[in-house]
Amino acid sequence: MLLVIAEQRDGVLNRASAEALTAAQQMGDEVKVALLGAGLNAAAAELAAADVAEVLVLDAPALEHYTADGFVRALTTLVAAEAPALVVLPHTYQTRDFAPALAVALDRALLTDCVRAVRRDGTLAFSRPMFQGKLMADVVPLGPAPHLVTFQSGAVSAEGLARGATPAPTRAVDVALDAAAIRQRPEAPFQEAKQAVDLSQADRIVAVGRGIKGEEHVELARRLAEALGAEVAASRPICDAGWLPMDRQVGSSGQTVAPTLYLALGISGAIQHVVGMKGAKTIVAVNKDADAPIFEIADYGIVGDLFDVVPAMIAALEA
Amino acid sequence: MQIIVCIKQVITRDWPVRADPDAAWIREQDASFEMNEPDAYALEAALRLKEQHGGQVTVCSVGPERVTQVIREALARGADRAIHVLRDDVSRMDAFTVATALADAAKDETVDLVLTGLQSDDHGFAQTGVLLAALLRLPHATIIMDVEVGEGSLRVKRELEGGWFQWVTMPTPALLTIQSGINQLRYATLKGIMAAKKKEIRTVAAEGGADGPAPRQRIASLYPPEREKQTRFVDGAPSEAAQTLVKLLRDEAHAL
Repeated sequence: MLLVIAEQRDGVLNRASAEALTAAQQMGDEVKVALLGAGLNAAAAELAAADVAEVLVLDAPALEHYTADGFVRALTTLVAAEAPALVVLPHTYQTRDFAPALAVALDRALLTDCVRAVRRDGTLAFSRPMFQGKLMADVVPLGPAPHLVTFQSGAVSAEGLARGATPAPTRAVDVALDAAAIRQRPEAPFQEAKQAVDLSQADRIVAVGRGIKGEEHVELARRLAEALGAEVAASRPICDAGWLPMDRQVGSSGQTVAPTLYLALGISGAIQHVVGMKGAKTIVAVNKDADAPIFEIADYGIVGDLFDVVPAMIAALEA
Repeated sequence: MQIIVCIKQVITRDWPVRADPDAAWIREQDASFEMNEPDAYALEAALRLKEQHGGQVTVCSVGPERVTQVIREALARGADRAIHVLRDDVSRMDAFTVATALADAAKDETVDLVLTGLQSDDHGFAQTGVLLAALLRLPHATIIMDVEVGEGSLRVKRELEGGWFQWVTMPTPALLTIQSGINQLRYATLKGIMAAKKKEIRTVAAEGGADGPAPRQRIASLYPPEREKQTRFVDGAPSEAAQTLVKLLRDEAHAL
């Protein structure tokens, strides 16, 4: 049996949970799915519609607001009781916060940021990117089961999620959790200043990465954007450096976009950026490194110096 | 405030990594190395906390002789002392083995705060910090954007996904993984480089091989990623390539 740990906020499941569930279903074993929080009826019903053996609901006031200590304690007990062959989680910021501590509490292996399960000589291995996506590794978890595995966002499409003929049984799991043992005291989540720019609505986007080298060169990208009728966006390091405002950031910590045309200038294609733009219809990459991972998802590529290519593109568009 | 910052030495970002013939690791004979960039932000956060609240910053790194490069750099930027956990096989060590070595080195230290980067540029597990917190039984929080120091406690700003944040309070000692980009990195001054030469580096031998903790994973194969799309590469001089690209975007992709 494979145990998937789904993730919700304010009772709403996230897409990454559906993807992790899909990945587990595709491994061919029986799948159970667990959900932690408070007030989970609607989300549990949604999970029960999937083709799973059982939905396990850990509903407790002490789990209403996520804390690493609360989740580790509740899940340590759950995993010990259910004894799955494998624990499958989405590779979200929340999972990153507790899964390694859960692995220590269970004394088990944890493989993070995997994109698929593969069989190697009869052993289950997991493919994951290394070296900023420049190489892939098939990694075999070692030691006794259950191993813990997290799946990268977008690696498995949730469109493949199998539905059950009838709703799966739902079981409430007792959570014996001493609230005083939880050392983190969380406050309510909040958003910083309202997003001034909604890049998700943009039809064309010109995005810049580290290859732009300096704030003074951002103007070059702006000119190309103007010639294309596009919005300007950036990968995280550019916004961190203050060369473009934070609301121009595309990626896991910024906006998710799906324009008709996405032009990536000097962007290497780290996964944190790619998850925010791989849904673009046509992706163009300009990068001087022919091995840059951005070319794996690009429809068109120019291997070259963006400081030569971009002025030439502006000239070609204005011709 | 006694702060330990864990720093990893990684292959430089622009190094063309290639798998070894046995595909179990990379060719790294001629590689150049640098401080893992996320860890540089953790170091900077530690130096700023020390400037505000006093105390001492100790850097800790696991690896062979070559990691003294990043240790010296951290000392030159302003760390007070260092612990070098000597391991020759660090590039193949998984996050659990590294975290165990760090925990062994840290357990005899007086510490109020342990900082790490949020992930490494090489393996990219994003596990070591939280594993270390669990091994040291410290409360932790990850992907931290801001740190407020209280009496025996910390109030920290966690980054959530999609532009959301959250403040979390926890008692010290604690461990935080620092989000990249939360501060502007300082560079070592000549004075700092000179001063670093006199600073203490405590070298400890980590239990390795059969005596160390059993690894939790094995890399069965390393290979270049498959292309998800058949990229059409446009060649030629910049002006020629740009014209061809614009034409393709208009006539083939219908994106213009």
